[in-house]
Amino acid sequence: MKGSSPVVELKLPVLPDMELSATKTAEIVAKHMELSEDKSAEISMALIEACINAFEHSQSNKQIEIHFRIKGDELEIQVTDKGKGFDESKVSIPKIEEKIGSDHKRGWGLQLIKELMDTVSFESSPEGTTVTMTKKK
Amino acid sequence: MSEFKLDIKEEGDVVIISTDGYLNNVGGEKIAEACYEKIDGGKNKFLLNLERSSVVNSIGVSILIEIIEKLQDSDGKLGYYNLAPIVEKTFTIMGLTKYSTVYPSEEEALAGMS
Repeated sequence: MKGSSPVVELKLPVLPDMELSATKTAEIVAKHMELSEDKSAEISMALIEACINAFEHSQSNKQIEIHFRIKGDELEIQVTDKGKGFDESKVSIPKIEEKIGSDHKRGWGLQLIKELMDTVSFESSPEGTTVTMTKKK
Repeated sequence: MSEFKLDIKEEGDVVIISTDGYLNNVGGEKIAEACYEKIDGGKNKFLLNLERSSVVNSIGVSILIEIIEKLQDSDGKLGYYNLAPIVEKTFTIMGLTKYSTVYPSEEEALAGMS
């Protein structure tokens, strides 16, 4: 039952390095769930990337919202921005072989999130994007 | 987060850059600036000691790809040591370990760079 899951909510302004305040919360939640240090670090890294994407998509000074939901032995994190949305199917998998020699070396965020978390899903519309990612204990 | 700091020293022909702070775009640019200055001075072997940079993001790490690219022009090498496990995992996912090397210690890094 969704309502019975403990939830931590954060609202972050679009400011430099503000993603690090989200990782501090993630560390505390992970510690509460007795997740391993490695898993906690993977969650923090994925969260940094999700926040950076949300900040960039927002293209404004609006806030982003983060929900940490403890669902038994699974942590679900949702990062929501009020940006213009994006089409995940149009995001190609980055390869370093193609990045070397290219002017565009960025674009690794989604790939890192997918590799570091157990599940990742996206809901996007012209009103904004929500990334939902989970990690099991 | 406090300011990103660099400490630069040379061991023989190897430039060792020790970082301190969040390796984001600002940190990455500082590392690149330091490397490019040394490359212009004829150096082409670089080691990054990331012991005090256990938090990174993909934008900062992307700038290391630029350094790798620049070093290819002079048959140079880039290596790293003292990486937090998550940093090493990030480098592996992004493919940096195909073009540069992670070493377990400074001693092994210097031996590997020679």
